[in-house]
Amino acid sequence: MFNPTRSIVSRTIALPPENIDTDQIIPARFLTTTSREGLGKSAFFDWRYNAEGRLRNDSPLDGFNPDEFQILVAGANFGCGSSREHAPWALADFGFRAVISSQIADIFKSNALKNGLLAVEVDPKTHRRLLQSPGETVVIDVESQTLALDDGWQAVFELEPFARHCLLNGVDPLGHLLAQSADISAFEARRA
Amino acid sequence: MTSESNSVSPRSLFDKLWERHVVAEETRETPAVLYIDLHLIHEVTSPQAFAALDERKLEMRRPDLTIATLDHSTPTLPPKPDGSLDYATAEAAAQVEKLILNCERHGVQLLGLDDPRRGIVHVIGPELGLTQPGKTIVCGDSHTSTHGAFGALAFGIGTTEVGHVLATQCILQRKPKSMRVVFDGALPRGVTAKDMALAMIAEIGADGGRGFAIEFAGPAVEALSMEGRMTLCNMSIEAGARFGMIAPDEMTFKWLHGREFAPGEDRWQAALADWRTLQSDPGSDFDREIRIDVSSLSPMVTYGVSPDAAAPIDALTPAPRSDAEERGADYMEIAAGKAFSDIAVNRVFIGSCTNSRLSDLRAAAEVMRGRKVKAGVTALVVPGSEAVKRAAEAENLDKVFLAAGAEWREPGCSMCIAMNGDKGAPGELVVSTSNRNFIGRQGKGVRTVLASPATAAASAIEGRIADPRKYLEAVMETASV
Repeated sequence: MFNPTRSIVSRTIALPPENIDTDQIIPARFLTTTSREGLGKSAFFDWRYNAEGRLRNDSPLDGFNPDEFQILVAGANFGCGSSREHAPWALADFGFRAVISSQIADIFKSNALKNGLLAVEVDPKTHRRLLQSPGETVVIDVESQTLALDDGWQAVFELEPFARHCLLNGVDPLGHLLAQSADISAFEARRA
Repeated sequence: MTSESNSVSPRSLFDKLWERHVVAEETRETPAVLYIDLHLIHEVTSPQAFAALDERKLEMRRPDLTIATLDHSTPTLPPKPDGSLDYATAEAAAQVEKLILNCERHGVQLLGLDDPRRGIVHVIGPELGLTQPGKTIVCGDSHTSTHGAFGALAFGIGTTEVGHVLATQCILQRKPKSMRVVFDGALPRGVTAKDMALAMIAEIGADGGRGFAIEFAGPAVEALSMEGRMTLCNMSIEAGARFGMIAPDEMTFKWLHGREFAPGEDRWQAALADWRTLQSDPGSDFDREIRIDVSSLSPMVTYGVSPDAAAPIDALTPAPRSDAEERGADYMEIAAGKAFSDIAVNRVFIGSCTNSRLSDLRAAAEVMRGRKVKAGVTALVVPGSEAVKRAAEAENLDKVFLAAGAEWREPGCSMCIAMNGDKGAPGELVVSTSNRNFIGRQGKGVRTVLASPATAAASAIEGRIADPRKYLEAVMETASV
């Protein structure tokens, strides 16, 4: 239930630390919500706000026009820890359309892709380059599974084929499961 | 290879669990459709899934295979005199109400606030016999791997997937790679499953299990109690693995026998015959195999902000191995080359789905009995479930904790996730039996050191990170007199 994503052309924000866990992406105290909307204001809250709750303005995530910086480049093992889907909801609501790292944690990656937030794992060399030069314009093409920079740097990335299909066509994976209803009934009957 | 020789090739426990639940095989284009036998839900990760169901005007496919409880947002202080609960925020109370409402509307059994079976979702599943060998179990919670201790295929999912299971009782999943972690040797006294888990994570890294399903095996795993096995499987995700599992054995079967939702006497023998097949065949292939000898393992503690920053308590604090560890050391204010026993402790938390079961509380009580929590240190003991609480009180463990000056609370996740109001103050150092030492996890600015219940209890007494073994040895001497 999201718009098709064929390609993303945008500038990057870099968060180099490794193992950025989902408690950093959205602290647990914001998880008492029963909605999935409006979580962008809580994204990386403790990195962006001081003890008095005022924006610090010294985090790499602020002082930018979010419309121009829709790609987050992060250190290895991004999104580890809690399975909270509030993490990709918060990042998407903040304005990100893609996350790039050398390694992205399993559950986060699965959650992100189900919300139209492109989670891309690139080779270590490309990863280093992107971390070292934040603000670059990156072209991510979902169809060809390639990533390109202005100076001609290119990289290919893996993307789980079904997630790619859903991204390209704006397909909700639940529809695919619902279409298996007869097989599910047969499975249940076999085991009864 | 012919299909015939394929059919007799050795299969791992994971292969067997996987194969039994395939509704539609994985293809190049699509993941497998896996059937889910048990769906556990709680207040935090389910409301948006129910909302998605409503938006599409869908009904739940199998409310009878779904069990709900309240654990994350619930207060651990008893009700106020007027019977109301002291929620951290109005939003937390509303979230609890939402689950109650969703369960009523969809006909899901809720083990709610007044139910004597309520507790942390990963404590009550096994306790009630809902968790069984051979089942697929999911929950919108990354510590669902806990249930793998019974030879179940159990894994944490996101809220969109919770919605998928509500609507179809199935999940889309590609088969992960397999890893076997073999623990050799016998655990020394005072060293526990928690220490095994931390030692493994330190060895393979917080991302070492990413993309893998882990089977834990070997003599040291077989020797663990069921509760110890749950602790070990619980921590799989801290190594990056969604799945952790242990082959069921006679101990597993004995543990389950007679529990409320376990197969009754009429079905027990048939269940056993089936469950006994749930072993990795000799010669099973694993994509990765590692071995760890536990015979000289010490109690482990963490010193950084990732669970893989763990070291033996009797070693000196290690030098940072990476930029990330350097930042961790700065946050923790733990310099390299220091004795752990020189690190002052402000607060101790004994609880969580990792270490809040009866044996955990006994281990903590053994250390605390007849001693006092150091002045200035706050110690919180939070049983994992109403049943654990009753059992502990029947043994007077509550009195041991209270006499020592610790607090004895109502069951829940409490300070593990610190979203119910139980948390540390900025700058405090907390020794915690939970599973994550992430920055701010136990409150903004709080520094977390992960440890076993015995280590946490010893640290509460000394007000410094403390090796529990000296207290246990003292008990042994007394006993032998």
